[in-house]
Amino acid sequence: MNDRDYENLRATLRSALPPVADVELSRDLWPRMIERLDRQSARVAWFDWALLALLSVWLVLFPNALPALFYHL
Amino acid sequence: MELLERFADGDPDAFESLFRQFQREVYSWIVRIARDPAAAEDLTVETFWRIYRAQAHFDPARSFGAWARRIATNAAVDYVKSRRKETELPESSAAAPEANPGIRREQRDSIRRAFRALPAQLQLAATLALIEERDYGEIASALGASKETVKSRVFRATRLLREKLKRMGWEP
Repeated sequence: MNDRDYENLRATLRSALPPVADVELSRDLWPRMIERLDRQSARVAWFDWALLALLSVWLVLFPNALPALFYHL
Repeated sequence: MELLERFADGDPDAFESLFRQFQREVYSWIVRIARDPAAAEDLTVETFWRIYRAQAHFDPARSFGAWARRIATNAAVDYVKSRRKETELPESSAAAPEANPGIRREQRDSIRRAFRALPAQLQLAATLALIEERDYGEIASALGASKETVKSRVFRATRLLREKLKRMGWEP
């Protein structure tokens, strides 16, 4: 492809997909960032869920262990 | 302690200061790649979320702006890839000015389709270099690649695009 072809293609491309004008951010995004941070910190890690599931299974299999568990809590 | 050092140490106030200082710059970069102002807002928040999670890896001796731009580029590329999988979306009217009326709508759509069918990395390099006319050094820094790599991607993108357009019966 020579320079002329390249320039033609570039011009065609810019005609179909014009450059984005200087779009200014119209609002402060910090409140949304806070929401995102809060949402993420409230999420329970998979490991905690796994631990809870393991504990539940253990209590179903060995219900007599419940008093011992409460004692240690 | 300097702001960047406090940020790297996990200080939330330092993160907020950097967010307020750089949110416009990050947004302005993303909107050029995503070409959708609403999506660019979401991606700006996503970028800072990634920055927040990676703050311990940040080297305060380096430029925060360049680091943020690289993370923003990755987030925007992820968006471009996911959009490709969905239904073809129309060009956002708020982001782009009126296209050249000299080109028929049908031809314009063909060019857009061909361009969006390019591999994401080639599309990204071509968007920034050919459409947005950004400096090769700036693009290379944002992509974490060398200038030669960017030039090569732009060359491959133009060659592929030309072939696609020819197949569509449209020779620029």
